[in-house]
Amino acid sequence: MANINTHVQSVADIKSKVNPVWCPGCGDFGVLSAIYRACLTMDLDLKNTVIVSGIGCSGRLPIFTKCYGFHGVHGRVLPTATGIKLANPNLEVIAVGGDGDGLAIGGGHFPHAARRNVDMTYIMMDNSTYGLTKGQGSPTTSPDFHLKALPYGVQEENLNPVALSLAYDVSFVARAFSGAIDQMTDLFIKAIKHKGFSFVHSISPCTVFNDTYKYYRERIVNIPEEHDVHNKKSALDLWQVKGKVYLGVFFESGREDLGSTLKNLSQSVQSKSGKGSIDKLFDQFI
Amino acid sequence: MPNNLTIRVGGDTGTTTGVISTGEMITLALARSQYDVFTFRTNPAEIKGGQAMFQVRMGNHPVLSQGTNLDVLIAYDEECLKMHGKDLKSEGLLIFDADVFMADDMYKAQAYGVPFISLAQKDAGNKKAKNVVAMGVVSEILGLPLDSVKQVVKEQFKHKPENVIEANLKALESGWSWALKNSVLKDFAVKPRELKATKLVMSGNEAMAAGAIHAGCRYYAGYPITPASEILEFMQKQLPKFDGVAIQTEDEIAAVISCIGASFAGAKAMTATSGPGFSLMLEALGLSSMTETPIVIIDCQRGGPSTGLPTKTEQSDLMQAVFGGHGEAPRVVMAPANVKDCFFGIIKAFNIAEKYQIPVIMLSDQSLSQRTQTYTRPKLNTIPVWDRIKANGSNAGEYLRYQITDNGVSPVALPGKDSSTYVATGLEHNEHGDPTYTPANHFRMTTKRHKKLEYIAKEKGFTRRFGDEQAKVGILSWGSTEGPIEEAIRKANQLGYEVAALQVKMLHPLPDEEIRNFLSSVQQVIVPELNFTGQFNQIIRAKYLIPTIRLNKCAGMPFTPEEILNKIEEVITKT
Repeated sequence: MANINTHVQSVADIKSKVNPVWCPGCGDFGVLSAIYRACLTMDLDLKNTVIVSGIGCSGRLPIFTKCYGFHGVHGRVLPTATGIKLANPNLEVIAVGGDGDGLAIGGGHFPHAARRNVDMTYIMMDNSTYGLTKGQGSPTTSPDFHLKALPYGVQEENLNPVALSLAYDVSFVARAFSGAIDQMTDLFIKAIKHKGFSFVHSISPCTVFNDTYKYYRERIVNIPEEHDVHNKKSALDLWQVKGKVYLGVFFESGREDLGSTLKNLSQSVQSKSGKGSIDKLFDQFI
Repeated sequence: MPNNLTIRVGGDTGTTTGVISTGEMITLALARSQYDVFTFRTNPAEIKGGQAMFQVRMGNHPVLSQGTNLDVLIAYDEECLKMHGKDLKSEGLLIFDADVFMADDMYKAQAYGVPFISLAQKDAGNKKAKNVVAMGVVSEILGLPLDSVKQVVKEQFKHKPENVIEANLKALESGWSWALKNSVLKDFAVKPRELKATKLVMSGNEAMAAGAIHAGCRYYAGYPITPASEILEFMQKQLPKFDGVAIQTEDEIAAVISCIGASFAGAKAMTATSGPGFSLMLEALGLSSMTETPIVIIDCQRGGPSTGLPTKTEQSDLMQAVFGGHGEAPRVVMAPANVKDCFFGIIKAFNIAEKYQIPVIMLSDQSLSQRTQTYTRPKLNTIPVWDRIKANGSNAGEYLRYQITDNGVSPVALPGKDSSTYVATGLEHNEHGDPTYTPANHFRMTTKRHKKLEYIAKEKGFTRRFGDEQAKVGILSWGSTEGPIEEAIRKANQLGYEVAALQVKMLHPLPDEEIRNFLSSVQQVIVPELNFTGQFNQIIRAKYLIPTIRLNKCAGMPFTPEEILNKIEEVITKT
């Protein structure tokens, strides 16, 4: 039995042999790079780290790392990650997925992940289009965007992932931009360290179908230092500022994560009725 | 003295509360008095209003089915008598609530009007206790020890205030004294017997949940749906005692997907649902099959399609279980035959899932899931429990998660435990696990995944043959129809008909050798199923290219032994 050291010394140790299949200039390279750096900085053990993904361009990300990975079906990143983390609380679980994956087909899972507050990190790689199916409108496509596959633009209003996550009471909410990798790395580290469900809305432009680099560069601003991350109301104020897209930590709360709650529940049940056995269980059916 | 009796209680849930819970109390009292029991119930789909029915068949021998006709019918209202009167034997006993209606003259010789409501009001001070009054009447007729019945009532109401318990005990005694005073029918008592140990009395859902825990299931996720919700409730109550996790998810998709995640992380994981929920899980079934992540899914079938008949039974999800989903995703489909089989069957489901890293679907149905039946307490240390084969730290660089092997099973590395990391993907992949779309690879990996089925088909213990050894007429059955079929065959054999049955407990892949042996031993084959189109019949015909005689019932109700016996007679007398 070979004893492999799964602690990494450099970014090269985290990269898998599979080369990313993304288009040149894709924002997803920035996200991948920030994940590599976060793993390195935090000295994450690859064998204890699981990256879970859905379907779409972003879904391929786990394959480019040497972490454990699960590339599942469209829209189901959060339930997959929930099962992994609850089954083995010692794992570091990072979920990645696109805006369509997380807010359209998988939109029903987001509020419940927030309710449960499982200790894991969700990185939504938002390019505001369906890149892998060639440029259709997504739930975050703003009427301001001009997509190649949409000659008349989108007629629906776009969802705001930060606003949603604040409304759902996600216990850690941040926004990053793949044009600002150092800051993104820093936010990923904070999100991973946060005990509970953390959400990082990661703007990751699609240079082929919806190149929004310029759009965002004109609008991004760092969240002012005086912002109190425990103040939900002021976090809500920040996303509503017209013409500005704030980057940084919006909100953080310290409520107990589900894994801890369930562990406490187990302990309290067992302290009353003892550890379970099938024999004891059968006794209840006589 | 009869060997077994069938007692049915029915009434409108809008005016009568506790039809089911009273029936359950009687059942428990019977089981504790060493009788075998087999219950059957139907609920209206509504919580209040609509006819509910609870039936218990008890005997001094293992009871195989709900029976055909009734020995005792307790009717709380006229509608109940209208619905069930036709099932009452001519010598059977009708007990009706004389405060509510008068039974038709045609029942004159066998009917007893009991003023349930006034007795409850007078002796217990509460009209609602009329059910417990009825329980007192039944207990006396059946000759159950009063103390034992009182104990059951005390346990049932243990979380209620003292005065409520007292009132219910008074109601019980009130009914008991009425039956004693009016000396209803002494001959009704079934001869009791002395068992070495009291049998367990459980529902199919409870037995499957308990079996799952014994098999090592430590992650459960589910979404409420009739008739599977009891499994969710059971797991939420029990798993914390076993350091396991049971969660209620936002939908069935999240339930099954989180099971796949949990299993990927190393846990044995299960979800339970019914037809509509299982339809939602089909995409995930492919993911489990493709990533070779074992999971167990229980489908407690109910009448379909669409919302269908949520509280009624049917065996109409077989095709969905065997063929449902896109692409060609190997899976295993099993079906338990009775409550005992629910316990042992689900352990086998986990064993096969683990050994072959494949999804296993357990097809129960409403009648089996929600009925209670007695069975001998299993000897736990004799039941084998299997775990998946682990990679155990093979060199990370060379680890082939999906290595081609003889039986298609490759050792698995678990996150957190093994340094051989890999990425599981629903994309077609090579042995290493990397996405690969070459024509040769797709064929090679599809072959690998399907290889498992050849080996699973050879696993033993998935059929049970019973009946006449020289039989020329055979019955091929699956799932909960086993009981009425076995009872019909016993009767048929007594009548001189040579007939045998093969109960098939794995529907996919089929236990080929055993089925071929059976088919070659008989000249005619009847395939009884609780569905309209004869789904198992179609599978058998397609695989074995033989003419079969189908017997279908599409009524939301189980077969009665009589219905099976009639078909046997028809087939034998025609040839």
